[in-house]
Amino acid sequence: MANVIDDATIDYVGILAKLELSDEEKEQAKKDMASMLDYIDQLNELDTTGVEPMSHVFPVENVMREDVVTNGDMSEQTLFNAPERKDTAFVVPKTVD
Amino acid sequence: MGLLDLTAAELAGQIKAGKTTAVEAMEAVIANIDSKEKELNCYVTFDREAALSAAREAQKKIEAGELDGPLAGVPVAIKDNMCTKDVLTTCSSKILGNFVPQFSSDAVERIKAAGAVMIGKTNMDEFAMGSTTETSAYGATKNPWNTQHVPGGSSGGSAAAVAAGECFCALGSDTGGSIRQPASYCGVVGMKPTYGTVSRYGLIAYGSSLDQIGPLCKDVTDCAVIMEVMAGHDPKDSTSVERKDTDFTSALVNDVTGMRIGIPRDYFGDGLDPQVKKAVLDAAEVLRSKGAVVEEFDLSLVEYAIPAYYTIAAAEASSNLERFDGVKYGYRAKDYEGLHSMYKKTRSEGFGAEVKRRIMLGSFVLSSGYYDAYYLKALRVKAMIKKAFDEAFSKYDVILGPVAPTTAPELGSSLADPIKMYLGDIYTISVNLAGLPGMSVPCGKDENGLPIGVQLIGDCFNEKKLIQTAYTYEQARGKFE
Repeated sequence: MANVIDDATIDYVGILAKLELSDEEKEQAKKDMASMLDYIDQLNELDTTGVEPMSHVFPVENVMREDVVTNGDMSEQTLFNAPERKDTAFVVPKTVD
Repeated sequence: MGLLDLTAAELAGQIKAGKTTAVEAMEAVIANIDSKEKELNCYVTFDREAALSAAREAQKKIEAGELDGPLAGVPVAIKDNMCTKDVLTTCSSKILGNFVPQFSSDAVERIKAAGAVMIGKTNMDEFAMGSTTETSAYGATKNPWNTQHVPGGSSGGSAAAVAAGECFCALGSDTGGSIRQPASYCGVVGMKPTYGTVSRYGLIAYGSSLDQIGPLCKDVTDCAVIMEVMAGHDPKDSTSVERKDTDFTSALVNDVTGMRIGIPRDYFGDGLDPQVKKAVLDAAEVLRSKGAVVEEFDLSLVEYAIPAYYTIAAAEASSNLERFDGVKYGYRAKDYEGLHSMYKKTRSEGFGAEVKRRIMLGSFVLSSGYYDAYYLKALRVKAMIKKAFDEAFSKYDVILGPVAPTTAPELGSSLADPIKMYLGDIYTISVNLAGLPGMSVPCGKDENGLPIGVQLIGDCFNEKKLIQTAYTYEQARGKFE
């Protein structure tokens, strides 16, 4: 196996992915990611010099519209599924002291 | 012949002619669900009262002449990753276990406008990540042909529901084969349209540059009818394409004279089950006998599609699934200390193992220092794969090959080795990378009686050639049972 994922890397990925892993999950994730990266490394067999990365198959452009409100007040619909709300706001744990 | 033997188009015709009603059709479906659902588990959400009252309402409108669309009165199932107003939409995940959308996806709105009556929401791999419907947080779906086997995935609930007569047709979504592969495993017709043909508005995103909604149905005619209903430009999806040629039913023509069909040799190598190979090549022979020009060619780059796909799909998934943070909707962890702990605990408790695996891989390939080596590399390979297809379509109208290397595997045999499971997507995923339309049509069964599908792939915007080829094949093949 060419790729080895160490604890520091998996902890960093956990921060990026906003996931908290148990020790057991962490060991499994290290193994899974290493084997996936080994597999993905096959792509290095291809010479892609001069090939432009293609994010969309068709040319996609920003779609603009006039800056006018068309959908009315949807705050009730927006808040309908909130785990916790107060009046017309989402409630989250305190973020600044 | 019972009501449940009718296709969606036939049923709509009989309702229109007054020979049956939307209510009778829904009652027949519900009776069938009552006898089979306990074993198959096709649905995450099924509300019989709501389904019946929707059918009654549709029937009233049909009789009043207010509803006469091509699906008027037809009971339809919807994959649980499409938002449906006031109806639970879970994506088969714990993290959306209580999510009740306040709007419907564009595709759902369009089939309802055409008269379809929703039965319920079908089971799937969690967030459409999987090839077996076993990663669902709400239990696996079973293959109606043999309940020891998976129905495929991720639209496994939709495919199984069509095959079992628990609906007349269903909507699915396809990011790497999630319509075509379960269609193949369950012996039904499935189509992934050209990227941008069906609006993604209200489809809970997995890999946004790859996701497309499409139909799973009993025959090619239903496929064309539903595609015609769903296709169309939507200003709410910025990647939606303006197309004028969406009169797909006009391609239901029993003729392939002169149709140039290419068979990629690289789709018939190691790993392909000999019974699948035979059934697929037999289907090609049928088309040749009908006047198609069939020849073999080398597509190239086939083995690189899987690593490119999993890099790109994981990257997009890690970004798309950031929104599930316990603030706006869905699950929120009970015990936490502060905001970051709330995010992390919510996501760790809410997502299943396969989803976490892909989010982590995606976060890694997008991270500083690895972005060029992995993510951009994969996008470069994607461009090369697209070019290989462009060259193929300068010579051929349709590419024909298998959908999957095998028939449906046994339950519990796939998840232990993710890479092995990913390899099962080898013939379907390059179609998503290149944005092409692809279709699965039943073409035989293996020695255990499990269905085999043949895949037809077209150039962008050439669904009609696929429908014409599939229809001609289906006419020659006869009823699949």
